Amino acid sequence: MAATTFPAPAVLVKRSLAQTLTIHAKEAKYELINKIRIPVYAISTVVFPLMFYVLFGIVLPSSKDRAENATYLLATMGCFGVMAVALFGFGVSLAIERGQGWLQMKRASPMPVSAYFLAKLFAAVVFSTVIMLLLLGVGIAFGGVRLPLATAAKLVGILVAGSIPFSAMGLAIGYFAKPNSAPAVVNLIYLPMSFCSGLWIPLFMLPHGLQTLAKFLPPYHLAQLALNAVGMGMNPTSAWGHIEVLVAFTMIFLGFAAWGYRRDEGKTYG
Amino acid sequence: MSTAVSTPNAQPWDLSREAVLASRRNDVSAAASIAITRKLKKSYGSVIALQNLDLEIRAGELLALLGPNGAGKTTLVHILLGMASPDSGSASVFGADPYTGEVQTRVGAMLQVGRVPETLKVREHVDLFSSYYPKPLPLEETLAIAGLTDIRNRPYGELSGGQKQRVLFAIAICGDPDLLFLDEPTVGLDVEARRLMWSQIRSLIARGKTVLLTTHYLNEADALADRILVLNHGRIIAEGTPAEIKARAMGKQIRCSSRLTLEEMRQIPGVLTVKADRNAFELHVNAAEPVVRELLQRDSWLADLEVTNAGLEEAFLALTQNHNADSKEG
Repeated sequence: MAATTFPAPAVLVKRSLAQTLTIHAKEAKYELINKIRIPVYAISTVVFPLMFYVLFGIVLPSSKDRAENATYLLATMGCFGVMAVALFGFGVSLAIERGQGWLQMKRASPMPVSAYFLAKLFAAVVFSTVIMLLLLGVGIAFGGVRLPLATAAKLVGILVAGSIPFSAMGLAIGYFAKPNSAPAVVNLIYLPMSFCSGLWIPLFMLPHGLQTLAKFLPPYHLAQLALNAVGMGMNPTSAWGHIEVLVAFTMIFLGFAAWGYRRDEGKTYG
Repeated sequence: MSTAVSTPNAQPWDLSREAVLASRRNDVSAAASIAITRKLKKSYGSVIALQNLDLEIRAGELLALLGPNGAGKTTLVHILLGMASPDSGSASVFGADPYTGEVQTRVGAMLQVGRVPETLKVREHVDLFSSYYPKPLPLEETLAIAGLTDIRNRPYGELSGGQKQRVLFAIAICGDPDLLFLDEPTVGLDVEARRLMWSQIRSLIARGKTVLLTTHYLNEADALADRILVLNHGRIIAEGTPAEIKARAMGKQIRCSSRLTLEEMRQIPGVLTVKADRNAFELHVNAAEPVVRELLQRDSWLADLEVTNAGLEEAFLALTQNHNADSKEG
């Protein structure tokens, strides 16, 4: 009867491990199906990075520079694609699902909260992997990219893991943006941040001021980790520095997301 | 839970309203309360949603919360679902806090949701929500009860308004909950879709479920409910059976002091109820004028005559207006 103590952590429903796994598996499955069936999502996350990659990495460079360009952009466009997956997949979809009341329905049901977020993370990992494999395939087939298997695997692994900080960033955006403005908010953050982090044009070709600014942006650090993997980073020896920055960004974004989550529990659901 | 239903399984959603209600009405009044609120208060900024609201939902009944938009109906449902917290007062469902997991597995809800993901198919939505509950209904049964079997493979985004509401209904019932909250389940539906939803809601009653229905249609509450609470500005302003509420909603109230006896008053045509209130009578009538004419004729000493609306007027004026607005939309 102590309703005044709300919001308190909901008492968990006692379930067998099998039941819990079934819920998580179904949630993940339908999250993935849902995303695959949304053309806007599939296009903005898969087609755009692929298109840019083909254009800047393969079509435009002279045949002499092609292999180097294609390898460089494999890392940076991969980063660009992974960011889109996470920012749109968490940020925009959370904002929309909050706005439509879908999340409310789930919260009125005995769904374990973890299922909702892990399903989104699962979908992000699947989409990120698909994008990386597509880019890699195109790069090898048409761009003259030649990477040892272990290097290619490392590159894919780094970028897929790199969706975590951007998922956290997406969560934070999703809890504070309105459903209608969320896509615009994400694009306003995503596109300039990508450019300033040297994802489209290599950073060393950009003005010095932008090179300094880039160090404060998370995509720069993920791109440098990816470039290090293919031996093209600006500072190939300092991987840990980049990881530390990305971990710090993740914690900050999760903090904002947790604040938004609590704010939602207490207020928006009135 | 009610054990009064004799034939819940044959084709419960086809049972006529009369059969269903008649078989259970007597049992409901004696049943235990399964949800209780005490002195519930909630405001949003300067807007007061609920003021000292006391409410009991009895096992096996269909309780309708009737009130205009902004009366506090949805706030109350959200508190009972553990989705919002009261500013003060208490709410308990099945003897526990509403937001606990154990309660949530026994409760189903149809909320006023704009949309659910449009790309997922009907059957996929139901399958997902069924997995959350420990003992869900079989998928096919849920689809059959909600009348979705034929459109099970259609994406939600391609459904009509009535079909979408039926999907939300299916999601509410798929966990085979004991208590259901239906928050304006027929809002925006055309007449045919509304009737279909009504018959589905009756099928829940036939299965012995307890239902809290919110609506701003008096005829909907009348068609479905065992008991109606009229809510306005966060307060319960009337409570009774559908017949009692209807009578109050439509009539006028006459107060007067008179030499006539209570029995003489009752015999005047058009008088619905009479109460002796200290030294005055309080008559509830359909139309005031003919009764007043009779009164003056029969008692020349009649004094302190006062005709007022029957108390629910304000709320029902709002209800009627809402109803008309919705009818135009539909």
